Amino acid sequence: MKAVEAFARRHRLQWWEALPWLAGIAVFFAFPNHLGFATKVVITILFALSLDLVLGYAGIVTLGHAAFFGAGAYTVGILAQHFNWAEPVSGLAAAALVAGAVGLASGFVVLRTHGLTLLMLTLCTMTLLEQAANMGAEWTGGFDGMPGLAFEKILGLFAFDVLYSRSQYLYSLAWLLGAFALVRTLVYSSFGQSLTGIRENVRRMHAVGAPVRARLILVYAISAALAGLAGGLWAQTTGYVNLAVLGLERAAGILIILILGGYGRLYGAMIGAIAYMVLEDQLAKAYPTTWQLGIGITLVIVALYVPNGILGLAETLRRRIAGKRARG
Amino acid sequence: MSGAVLETRGLCKSFGALEVARSIDFRLAAGARHALIGPNGAGKTTFVNLLTGLERPSRGQVLLGGEDVTRLAQAKRVKRGIARTFQINQLFRGLSVLDNVCIAVAERLGVGGAMLRPAGRRADVTDTASGLIELLRLEADAGRRVAELPYGRQRLVEIAIALGLEPRVLLLDEPAAGIPSAESHILLDAIATLPREIAVLIIEHDMDLVFRFAERITVLVAGAVLAEGAPADIAANADVRAVYLGTATHD
Amino acid sequence: MDLASILLGGCAAGMVLFIVSVGLSVTMGLMGFINLAHGGFAMLGGYAIVLAMKHWGLDFVAALGLAFVSVAALSVVLERLLYARLYGAAELTQVLFTIGLAFVMTASVTITVGPETQVVHLPAWLRGQTDLGFLQYRTYSLALIVAGAALVLGLWLGFERTRFGARIRAAVDNRRMVASLGVDVSRLFTVTFAVGSGLAAVGGGLGAEILGLDPNYPLRYLVYFLIVVAVGGLGRVTGVFFAALLIGVLDFVLKIYFPKGGAIFIYALTLIILLWRPHGLFGKKGA
Repeated sequence: MKAVEAFARRHRLQWWEALPWLAGIAVFFAFPNHLGFATKVVITILFALSLDLVLGYAGIVTLGHAAFFGAGAYTVGILAQHFNWAEPVSGLAAAALVAGAVGLASGFVVLRTHGLTLLMLTLCTMTLLEQAANMGAEWTGGFDGMPGLAFEKILGLFAFDVLYSRSQYLYSLAWLLGAFALVRTLVYSSFGQSLTGIRENVRRMHAVGAPVRARLILVYAISAALAGLAGGLWAQTTGYVNLAVLGLERAAGILIILILGGYGRLYGAMIGAIAYMVLEDQLAKAYPTTWQLGIGITLVIVALYVPNGILGLAETLRRRIAGKRARG
Repeated sequence: MSGAVLETRGLCKSFGALEVARSIDFRLAAGARHALIGPNGAGKTTFVNLLTGLERPSRGQVLLGGEDVTRLAQAKRVKRGIARTFQINQLFRGLSVLDNVCIAVAERLGVGGAMLRPAGRRADVTDTASGLIELLRLEADAGRRVAELPYGRQRLVEIAIALGLEPRVLLLDEPAAGIPSAESHILLDAIATLPREIAVLIIEHDMDLVFRFAERITVLVAGAVLAEGAPADIAANADVRAVYLGTATHD
Repeated sequence: MDLASILLGGCAAGMVLFIVSVGLSVTMGLMGFINLAHGGFAMLGGYAIVLAMKHWGLDFVAALGLAFVSVAALSVVLERLLYARLYGAAELTQVLFTIGLAFVMTASVTITVGPETQVVHLPAWLRGQTDLGFLQYRTYSLALIVAGAALVLGLWLGFERTRFGARIRAAVDNRRMVASLGVDVSRLFTVTFAVGSGLAAVGGGLGAEILGLDPNYPLRYLVYFLIVVAVGGLGRVTGVFFAALLIGVLDFVLKIYFPKGGAIFIYALTLIILLWRPHGLFGKKGA
């Protein structure tokens, strides 16, 4: 059956999938003075990718994903500042673990609900952590945060380049590659397919005997760990952690980025993050209010006409062209 | 009469003051072709919900293969061999027909949670799924999104999903509902060719389908069993005629 | 501060939350639509009052009336043109749309009026203190309490005693059933949305002294409005009332005794309440 053959080939690497990584390496050589910004873009892609797992594939609508980003960032910061633990790779591992644990615990508690209640609970969990970080100032630096974090050499070889962010960029890019490989594997596995089933019709998933809640909690925890990885990278590459890693602004921002790129489509995170951050960098600093107005109008238009984002739009166009060709 | 693959004993369900199931004793034999009929609001779908675990009874027991499953959740009962189709299709609309059936088969085979191997490379899953798709003559649509299919074929996908669970007991809730008469023969053929080992309980209003399919009929009225027996006996039963068959239309 | 003052202060804050949030609760319960831009209507109302009083010399009460009418009218336009197209849409799309709308409202206000915090000048009869016998308290806060109480009473009567209110209650419980009974559901939505937004506008102006009034109002207080609505139960006027009082008093007390990060208790309490009763304290069970 043709469909079965196509399904069996679905996961195979396409040639164009190498392009983003080649481009990433090209950026290193082509824009040596903008690697700090490029590093932020890479980390944002990672963060958006983690959100895509729960939102795009499992269908969990959350406004609180920054909770895990922040958990990772603060783990790295606290370890560095209070425990003299400045080894970057293990620090990141700790960040992912802590964030994953927070995700597991909150998922266990929160994923019993759905709709507005779920949205509220994710929001409350995040703002709760934000308040905790504000209150625990001896550990977290409170409102001022922890500036001036310094880290040892990556793998003992590559120092964090304060001026040009060269090692930071390649370091983050490497982690993104690893995370992307993981997410891609999950998405094409039976587990990933069952997540889309949960998203499309949770009633049916129960009626085929799937352990729905366990699957959701698992993907939530994995996603939290990846978000924590992104947060930890943020702390390490910028050397600064403050409350902004935990707020509604960051959570809403990453949601917007993912949706603009196209959720549930693996590469939406990349496209959304790159497009949004480049535009923001060019426009927002010069005209912040106009930028906000523009983003607002864009979101309204996207919601009404292009809810599946840039990738969704591309897919619709491709189908239409293919349809015209078939008929013409 | 032991050896019933599905049985209820004194099954009761009330929503507040409203009794929707009144002490229902029911037996479904292995390999049965059994129909459940009754007027609208008789509680047929609620009964199926009680059988599958979507609802909990106020009193009484549900036994599957002799095992008391009354306390078991829906997903666990599915694992023990009971599958259903819904009156209104419950499909993964944005996914392809193949995806729909593969998800069910993967759960059945216990690999639904496997995270490493690509789903498309699981020959055990895809072979079984394509077999079911061929059985229900859906090969032409296998790669299409379910939402794009005509309603009658969507109904067939619903049945394919249930079969993918390799049930001992298959509950079909008004499978013919909403299917235009031009397409209903596909459905009838599918039901006629269901594997003989599966016990099938079908809820239907379409009397043609019921009398063609059923070897045994139970009549449910206002939550209680009014009559049960062979089709000829049911057709001749005066009470049943009075309550139900007298006013039924043959489409 | 003694207990009575604390309670009165908290109740006043709670009343503001109630007046703003009640519209959100009813429209969310009625339309099943997640409207994160609701705070924007409150903000626009506040700005309308400030501008009307400053540039047109309207007095406070007249300005409140103007705010109600103008924001309600605007909301009707937005509802018919935009919101109505997304009623059946995915939750995510609704979230996206209303966040975008909130951004547009914030940016528009910044561009037209400016980023500074606005001050609502209370009329003379609301300033100063009132003697309650056992206590002297701010007239403004007392007026808020009276206004809130009057509103909840009026809404309760409206819902329980009028046909229109009965239709809304029925539609909150079962929208499809109501539509099949021949009720013009879309008109029901529009009117309810308009009244809810108008009330938010009034609340935005009335509460400007307590919650402040600046372009970031919609997103800054979004969490609080959502908490009040979620804890109170969608579509339950009395539920929203008690939830608003609870949150208002709690927040007031925390600001006094735990000024830095006391809000954590509110979020924790909300988490606990929603886990115990996912449909809110007064919401319907098993929905």
